[in-house]
Parts: sequence; structure tokens; C-alpha cells
Amino acid sequence: MEKIAIIGMGMTKIEANKVSENFADMAWEAVNAALADAGMDIKDVSNLITTSNDFWDGRTISCMAVGDSSGAREKNCSCVEGDGTYGAFYAMARILSGSYPSTLVTGHTKGSESISSLITNAAFDPIYERSLGVDMITASAMQARAYMDKTGTTSEDLARVSVKNHGNAKNNPYAQLPMDLTVEDVLASEMIADPLHKLDCSPVSDGCCALILADEETAKKFCKKPIWVKGAAFCSDAYFLGDRDLAKPKSLVAAAKKAYAMAGITEPTRQIDLAEVYDAFTYQELMWAEGLGLAEYGKAKDRLKNGDFDISGTLPVNASGGLLSGHPVIAAGLYRMAEAVRQLRGEAGANQKDGAKTAVVQGLNGLCGQSHCVWVLGNE
Amino acid sequence: MIDQDLSKVTPQVYESKIGVPYTWWAGDTATRFLEGIRDRGELWATRCGKCSRTYVPPRKNCPGCFEENAEWVQVGPGATVVTFTVARRPLAAIPDPVPVVFALVKPDGADTAMLHRIGDVDPEKVSIGMRVKPRFAAERKGHIRDIECFVPEQG
Repeated sequence: MEKIAIIGMGMTKIEANKVSENFADMAWEAVNAALADAGMDIKDVSNLITTSNDFWDGRTISCMAVGDSSGAREKNCSCVEGDGTYGAFYAMARILSGSYPSTLVTGHTKGSESISSLITNAAFDPIYERSLGVDMITASAMQARAYMDKTGTTSEDLARVSVKNHGNAKNNPYAQLPMDLTVEDVLASEMIADPLHKLDCSPVSDGCCALILADEETAKKFCKKPIWVKGAAFCSDAYFLGDRDLAKPKSLVAAAKKAYAMAGITEPTRQIDLAEVYDAFTYQELMWAEGLGLAEYGKAKDRLKNGDFDISGTLPVNASGGLLSGHPVIAAGLYRMAEAVRQLRGEAGANQKDGAKTAVVQGLNGLCGQSHCVWVLGNE
Repeated sequence: MIDQDLSKVTPQVYESKIGVPYTWWAGDTATRFLEGIRDRGELWATRCGKCSRTYVPPRKNCPGCFEENAEWVQVGPGATVVTFTVARRPLAAIPDPVPVVFALVKPDGADTAMLHRIGDVDPEKVSIGMRVKPRFAAERKGHIRDIECFVPEQG
């Protein structure tokens, strides 16, 4: 594969309710941060991909409405509906086509402006399912139970994910929910839908993240520390939850296999230094870590308990604090990529994994991880 | 004169909503399923001619083989709870008082589970592997909620 690099990244601080910026203002901030980070002017970017969701924005064709503040005027601008990692994949594909030296990709969500339960309920089939009243939290709770039943993972194990990630967030200036928690605090928090307590769930959040991807020549022209794409792949599973074995991340295993093959990763636990995964719920961090081959199936809880996934551990998972500490839905995967870039540049401050060379990042789309997008990034 | 400093602004909020009526045609396949529950209190599924997987609720094609599911087979009424949750917070999507038990239930003879609810039981007594059966509404309209919920098979 031609070499592709991430040469710029910009994140707004993730907040519960950004009253001073509308969705376009957030994009303005993140895009300018990414351009400054790359040492670029907006004129240096020929094209862009915005990632958004019309339901969250409360506006149809909202991808067109965010263009002006993203620098799209008189440029080639296209859109992805879904997680930002898929927008980044599109950006990468554009560069690989040979027609675009660099591509700006953004993702934004203001979760604060609507009602998540109603929006995610509308993801269910209107004929067969929607009127039952299920939403992302209750669907994920069913997946959590299936996973715990099959693997023996306990509520205490899930709580440890929350304790770790909220703790990691204390050193992340972009995080919404830095917290000192104990396992007991998590278990004592409101039971929303068994087995998920409030502190097993990511919060409602506002935020925008922008990345600039470039070909090798452009990367070397602008960037002192390009972070290289070593592998990237995604894969989908069936739409209906009842068609899948919810306890197993089948499509993630398939996506990781492809991304690892591209990157020459044969022993992920040895060759990968850190992971940023889509922890919308505590159990998901464990399931996705296993799907990425960072632990054997059902054993992520043991690695977590052993401290392996801590910042000081052998394989930090969500050293940034993850989505449990701030979850702007559509931007979420781009934030994970940006956090991996900070680590691979050695710019993660107190959360830095010393000597990190290779990171794996995972984004997802659909209910209960229907589709997963896996990136292997490296600084060499 | 206007103050040039935006940091002194107290942002306003605008409250509104989007209300768009939809008419989703169920199509031939889902309509046959809905007629089955409405007219006969039966669960009907479609089967893939290639892999023989039986899909409930029925789909026109097998997502695995990408072949048409040409055969109709009756499944259930007995079913097994594959997984479930007890919703305790009154989330906005739930149109009824909580607690509500959502579950994936696999009817006998089907290879997939269908999303529905569990009722007529203490939520604390629901378990994976529990045997259930559909409880149909007295008045039925050809709607998924013609099945009021799945209830314990015994008792």
C-alpha cells in the first residue's frame, strides 16, 4: 500500500453541553486546530469529508450545513453518515486514488441537543421492533448480559473499566468526566438497565474532532512527526440483533484480521503498544479488546484486573479516558484516532505510554457493534 | 453600540421539534408474518433454500447466503430466552411504566431470535434459557404488538 499519514489533528474539549458553540462553531474550532497542528492553511487542503448524522443534528443534509465552517467552500466535499473512523477510511481511499494529496476529515455531534433514547430507538426496524421501546442502552444491556453469561465476566469486572477510564481522564484536557471512582461507586450508581449501571454507560456529550490525512510526499512537506497508517479495514455483521451471537464480536475479529495482515501484526499482544477502543459501555471495552486480539476471548477481565490495560501496564487501553469520559457519538472514533496520534507523537503528557510505536484504534457503527473499523497506526 | 466581546454573551436556547409522519409499507414478507399473528396467533418464519437457516421475524432474503428465502415455516409458539435486560430507568423510548423486560427470544424451529418483551413474571425471575411463549392481544391489528409479550411457558 502507498504510505498514508495523519499529519494534523484537532479536538474540541468534550463537554456535556456546549452552549457557546453551535455544531458549526465546533467544526470551526476543530478544523483550525487541525490545520495549525499540521502547519497548513485551509488553501493547502483540496477536499474534505464531513461525518455527521442528521438525527443527532436535527437537520436533514446537515453535512452540507457544516461545510462553511469546515473550509468546504469551493472545494470537493463529501460526507459519511456514521462513525468518524469510516469518514477517515473514505479520506484514506481518496488519497490512495492518487487524485488527492491530502484530505481533511471531520466528525461532530451535539448529543446535548436532543434525546438519545429516541434517536437510537429510531435505529430499530419500524415494522418489527421499534414500538417495543428498545434503545441503544437497553440493546447494549442485552449484549452485556449475553457476554457476561458466556464468559463469566462480572459486574465488578465491568466496574473496573469505569474506574480506570474515568481515572485516566484526569490527565486529559479534552475529557468531559475525569473522576476518582471505586468499584463500589460504580456498583452503587443507578441501575439503568440490568446489568448496566449509570457509571457503566458513557455520557451524553458535545464535541468535534478533525484529522488531516496525506500522502507521503505531502506528509514529509508539512509534518515533522507524521503518524503512518499501517493497516485499516472494516467489516459488518447482520443488522437484526437476533441474527447475531451478541456475545461475540465476529465482525470485529474479521476487521482486525484484515488490518493486522496489512500491518504485519501477527502477535497483537506483543506488537501493539496501546489501544483506543469504542467503550460506549464498560463491557464493550472488554469485548472489543478481545475482538482485537489483545486478550483471549473472555480473558480481558483478567488482563484488566492484572493492570495490563492501565497506563503503566504492558498494553494501555483507553489511556485517554475513552468514551466513558466523553462520548460525542459521530466524532467518537476520530477522537480515538487523535488520542492515538498524541500517544505516538509522545505528546500525551501524564498519560503517555513510554516508547509507544504502534497503536490500534477501533470505531464502530450500528447497534451493539454491528460494524467495526480498525486502524493500526505507527510512528515509524 | 454593541459590545465586541462575545465572552459576555449569555447564549440563548431555541426549543423545537421535528414531527414528520411516515407510512412504512411492511411489504409482502412482513405482511404475511403480521397476518399470521393477527389472524391465527401463529409465528411464521422464512427459510433459506441454501443454508436452511430459518429467520424470524421473516426476511425476504438470507443475509448470509444472499439467496431468496423462498420457503415459509411455522415456528414456536414455545421459545427460549437468549438474553434480556430489565429496563429500570424510564428511558424516553419506552412507552410504558418501568420496569420493562426486553429480550431476544428464539422460537422453537427458528435459527434466529426475535426482539420482544417478557411479561407475567417477576423481572428478577427472568433468566437466560427460560422457556416462554407468546401472549397475544385479544384485539389484534396486524402489528408486532399483537404479541403483547412473551410469558413463562409453565404457569
